[in-house]
Amino acid sequence: MAGPGSDLPDHPDYLWRNPEPRRSYDVVIVGGGGHGLATAYYLAKNHGITNVAVLERGWLAGGNMARNTTIIRSNYLWDESAGIYEHALKLWEGLEEDLDYPILFSQRGVLNLAHSLQDVRDSVRRVEANRLNGVDAQWLDPQQVKEVCPIVNTSPDVRYPVLGGTYQPRAGIAKHDYVAWGFARAADALGVDLIQHCEVTGLDITDGKITGVQTTRGRIAAGRVALSAAGHTSVVAAMAGIDLPLQSHPLQALVSELLEPVHPTVVMSNAVHVYVSQAHKGELVMGAGIDSYNGYGQRGAFHIIERQMSAALELFPAFARAHVLRTWGGIVDVTPDASPIVGLTPVDDLYLNCGWGTGGFKATPGVGWCYAHTIATGEPHPLNAPFSLDRFTTGALVDEHGAAAVAH
Amino acid sequence: MTQQEFRTVQGGRIDRDRPLRFRFDGRDYTGYAGDTLASALLANGVHRTSTSIKLGRPRGIFAAGAEEPNALVQVEAPFPEPMLTATTVELYDGLVARGLGGQGRLATDPDPARYDAVHTHCDVLVVGAGPAGLAAASVAAASGARVVVVDDRSEPGGSLLGTREAKALDWVASVAADLHANPEVRLLTRTSAFGYYDDNYVVAVERRTNHLGASAPAHLSRERIWRIRARRVVLATGAHERSLAFDDNDRPGIMLAGAARTYVNRYGVLPGRRAVVLTTNDSAYAAALDLLDAGVAIAVIADLRPSVSPLWTERLADRGVEVLAGYGVERVVGEERVSSVVLAGGREFEADLLLVSGGWNPVGALYSQAGGKLRYDADLGSFVPDGCREAVAVAGSANGTYGLAGCLAEGTGAGRAAVEATGFAAGTGRELPAADESPVTPPAHTWVLPGDETVQFVDLQRDVTVAEIRRATGTGMRSVEHVKRYTTAGTAHDQGKTSGVLTSGVVAHLLGVDVGDLGTTTFRPPYAPVSFAALAGRDRGALHDPIRVTALHAWHQANGALFENVGQWQRPWYYPRDGEDLHAAVLRECRAAREGVATMDASTLGKIDVQGPDAAVLLDRLYTNLMSSLKVGSIRYGVMCRPDGMIFDDGTVIRLAEDRFLVTTTTGNAAGVLDWMEDFLQTEWPDLRVHCTSVTEQWATIALVGPRSREVLGTLAPDLAVDNDSFPFMTWRDTTVAGLAARVCRISFSGELAYELNVNWWDALALWEAVLAAGAPLGITTYGTETMHVLRAEKGYPIIGQDTDGTVTPQDLGMDWIVSKKKPDFIGKRSFARADTGRPDRKHLVGLLPDDGETLLPEGAHLVEMESLPEPPVPMLGHVTSSYHSAALGRPFALALIKGGRDRIGQRVYAPLGDVLVPVTITGPVLYDPEGKRRDG
Ligand SMILES: Cc1cc2nc3c(=O)[nH]c(=O)nc-3n(C[C@H](O)[C@H](O)[C@H](O)COP(=O)(O)OP(=O)(O)OC[C@H]3O[C@@H](n4cnc5c(N)ncnc54)[C@H](O)[C@@H]3O)c2cc1C
Repeated sequence: MAGPGSDLPDHPDYLWRNPEPRRSYDVVIVGGGGHGLATAYYLAKNHGITNVAVLERGWLAGGNMARNTTIIRSNYLWDESAGIYEHALKLWEGLEEDLDYPILFSQRGVLNLAHSLQDVRDSVRRVEANRLNGVDAQWLDPQQVKEVCPIVNTSPDVRYPVLGGTYQPRAGIAKHDYVAWGFARAADALGVDLIQHCEVTGLDITDGKITGVQTTRGRIAAGRVALSAAGHTSVVAAMAGIDLPLQSHPLQALVSELLEPVHPTVVMSNAVHVYVSQAHKGELVMGAGIDSYNGYGQRGAFHIIERQMSAALELFPAFARAHVLRTWGGIVDVTPDASPIVGLTPVDDLYLNCGWGTGGFKATPGVGWCYAHTIATGEPHPLNAPFSLDRFTTGALVDEHGAAAVAH
Repeated sequence: MTQQEFRTVQGGRIDRDRPLRFRFDGRDYTGYAGDTLASALLANGVHRTSTSIKLGRPRGIFAAGAEEPNALVQVEAPFPEPMLTATTVELYDGLVARGLGGQGRLATDPDPARYDAVHTHCDVLVVGAGPAGLAAASVAAASGARVVVVDDRSEPGGSLLGTREAKALDWVASVAADLHANPEVRLLTRTSAFGYYDDNYVVAVERRTNHLGASAPAHLSRERIWRIRARRVVLATGAHERSLAFDDNDRPGIMLAGAARTYVNRYGVLPGRRAVVLTTNDSAYAAALDLLDAGVAIAVIADLRPSVSPLWTERLADRGVEVLAGYGVERVVGEERVSSVVLAGGREFEADLLLVSGGWNPVGALYSQAGGKLRYDADLGSFVPDGCREAVAVAGSANGTYGLAGCLAEGTGAGRAAVEATGFAAGTGRELPAADESPVTPPAHTWVLPGDETVQFVDLQRDVTVAEIRRATGTGMRSVEHVKRYTTAGTAHDQGKTSGVLTSGVVAHLLGVDVGDLGTTTFRPPYAPVSFAALAGRDRGALHDPIRVTALHAWHQANGALFENVGQWQRPWYYPRDGEDLHAAVLRECRAAREGVATMDASTLGKIDVQGPDAAVLLDRLYTNLMSSLKVGSIRYGVMCRPDGMIFDDGTVIRLAEDRFLVTTTTGNAAGVLDWMEDFLQTEWPDLRVHCTSVTEQWATIALVGPRSREVLGTLAPDLAVDNDSFPFMTWRDTTVAGLAARVCRISFSGELAYELNVNWWDALALWEAVLAAGAPLGITTYGTETMHVLRAEKGYPIIGQDTDGTVTPQDLGMDWIVSKKKPDFIGKRSFARADTGRPDRKHLVGLLPDDGETLLPEGAHLVEMESLPEPPVPMLGHVTSSYHSAALGRPFALALIKGGRDRIGQRVYAPLGDVLVPVTITGPVLYDPEGKRRDG
């Protein structure tokens, strides 16, 4: 008898070695989250660079990669964002085959709801920009919203009634752990050393060039060092004297018990702040905004959860008697313009990938691809060139906050 | 209807005079008040409640409390509720439920119940009203401290409820009575503390009416969230028994030994007729003895330890029960229900019940949530508290202290320490009951018995076996967090309450490492599932976010306005007359404002009173233009930027006195601007002597607009010289309007001669009616936000947040003039020197005229240079920010942000609308009255 989830594919019997760190690598990647692992994989696969270590201070992919709500979409406003996120989405579409790992990428679509006339303007603007950028996007009126997701409350008695929404059919969700392990296994198979419980505690810099890292498992020499430490990147960059325009905030999420299928897509709303999907086994997975204070505690405050639940019931009255089984938090690295920083640093051979904030899971293959290119060639990939650190000096921001205001 | 064949003859804490009818899996049964669904099912001989999620194996009731991993049920009536544990559903008449193997079902009808939340503060919060918790509460309460005690069961007593400790239970009753009688104490039953947040903020959910079923009074909230801030917390949350991994350890009829004891003693239920006991520790013996006394035969006790204390063997020998030391279970016979148990070595014992005790896990969830560390105590075979940053103490079996005397003593100590730490002299609690302690023999450290790992279950609810865990460790995984995710162990409804430590134990066993080094997975809130509705509380519908309305709201409603949400405000959008749509109404309203006189309620504009000797300094730093030079009596328009130089808000500033200004903000951003001011005052410029106060809701504002507005004002304000010289543009006057004290400002957001009349909020309606009456002969027309938007757009005035999006500088809007070149500094100044801010192809605000003179461009449409679209990505020039039909121009027009727009004026560009490219011509942003002649009437 097949219960929910029994049709989920099995994981492979073998994933990775647990090697001792070598004394020296061509490339050391700091942070074994999704981004670090994907970067290692593409370094090996696309550039033939396999003398690579991924150093992870905890268990592999136990940071935000293990905590996110797995929303994948590419319907960002600005050309620069559309470029890198759409590149990622195209990679997602072939990733299962590429990694030979069942990552359960489900293109069930993502709906972003609009609740005010200004929301509507912004949404139409984003849809139109997406189309011209070759990203699939539709504007739906409330009736069409209801057709895509029948349990959304489109009645006028919602505090902020649904005036419509944008819909990206190719968007969806995947299984975060499966993705991480898929990249890890593939990187390991190509010769990359995945070193867990190995925290980087210092960066060795001589004459403006990085030469290696200090770790809790000894010094490791490196030709190039690539930071990919998400919420802790400013801590690591500070070891090189680099001050980053990042604020690290807790971001919480939660999950319900397994429920019969009621929610066929992914719904996100900023004005009634919550986003929800129903994952593969039937659990509702939801989240909302960041906790407003800074911290590294991987835990958030309770009122954020209460607020998010009241938003959830505004939009989905049917959820009233569902139960929260578990809440958790990660630490997200937020930039002033809500866009990432990927590229070179003032220190030679030290590279930077951070600032993905609340929305970097969806970028995993895309950023891995581009960051690997940047590290391998010493030049930014055209898709991450706009996301340089020096944009905060020149002012060439890619402000996804103000214009699109859609997180995750 | 079946008899309750498995009820004891007497005893238990049920009310045999109150039978309750219920239905489970389509069959009708009866139980008694005081039963849980689980105990009532067992009383009727029902063990099997569900089918397992992955493997489809039959599963039965395994535990007696919140830790239950198997007996998940769906309640169908009186109202559908997904996934509850039968062990925590209190029985009520008319309950209809069914066993659940996989997914719960949500109701399709709206939930009729109410939910709410309460804040409370206390000196001492005691979580858990078992012996340790009650002992703590008793001394704490006696000291006069304010005490809150929460317990998730229906009555206090904790684990004692499952025993026959009569003296101790008497003590429970007297302590409970003391606590109830003490006005400083709140004893909350049916209340689970589920979250422990920073600074001793503990949240609990009280189930207030669930146990009443359909007879629950509608006016009572069904569930209530308690938000408790405690100076000290005592956690007396007890311990959960755990199982062991052996072959077919998931069969219905296999039950935790302590649970069986609870069923017999608390519920008067026999969980079977003949039991085999498998244990690693002493606790199962007490259970065996209680079951024997209740009439359950004990076939044999298999104890994994090489030797067992004679204390127990002798007592059981007296009762004719064999104790086999050094024995485990080899296999279990019976699929739907245990029929016999085969011990290692092959001896088979007929039994319908197999009681298991694999040891006890102190409930460390809340402690862990609070940041407390756990340490593996090898003697106890469990993880125990080991230090926490919060002001918390752990007492009783939650601390690994399993004997009654120890629990009472530890609870008393913790209660005393807690009150003393909060400044009270510890009182004397109820005298503790005597408790005889039998010496305890250390438990066996066994997690897995020899056998077939594919049928040795570790997490029953997720069907995770030892074989699965072996597969996980075989992949290279070394962390329990990985194993948990690979196998899904511990992720089910019970969040691994009985299986979590066992999972760690099995992983350690397979990897050959110390379980203490391996640790457990992280505990996260909630400790037990909490309904969404409880968490949402009252913050739904109209209460989800405050609805703000102006003093004239009722008038607007009565006069047919349609409303627009702007931030929290509801503003009149337009006032359709018979049969008019938005388009028609707005053309009419616009015409009135341009040709005659019109009026609108502008009260929602944010208003901040800025006072103090440094008020002008503050405003000079916040606005890009100079405010300190503004004269008392005058008004100036200003914009504020963020540090990145992008516009953040705009509005007018009125100088009321040398040290006092009234700042207006956009409707949606008023709170944001006040926060902004406070943020800078408190963190960057604490030296400035300024106070900022929101006065948005103190002043009502009525805009009086149009070439004939002066006439209307003249009639209403006889004391005011309204001619242009006496009352010039951008000045204000305090006067009397319609007999009301009013401040009149000459400002215009439409380009027409216009006034803003400000009066006390309470006087708004009187003023509004007077304005309407005075204007009636001139055909005064009320208008809403849509008309306001059209009028300002015709004049090229931007709306911040519509024509700007956080990436637009004042220069981009063509407002170089508003950026002071003289001021030494202001927020954003530095950024204007950045390379990107000086780029010539930045987007500029321009006007657009569709070439056909007819097409209304959709707001949000983009503009391209080419006549036909190439393959994507298509280079875009910018987008339409505002677009309207203009009555004054007799055609549609738009505003847009376009790359290098000011250098393209006169050029043709295209707006792709669906498959069509609509040609439009770029113009300057001011399409109406570019010379500004109409301003003075
Ligand atoms: C609750 C939540 C929900 C989210 N939802 C979504 C979503 O729906 N869609 C989406 O696209 N994104 C989402 N995100 C964001 C997304 O998870 C992150 O942007 C992304 O995972 C970051 O990249 P990563 O996987 O490499 O980060 P991580 O997995 O955090 O990897 C960084 C790693 O660096 C390690 N590290 C840090 N310091 C050191 C050191 N000194 N030495 C060695 N290692 C170190 C950390 O231990 C960590 O494992 C969400 C995030 C959270 C927290």
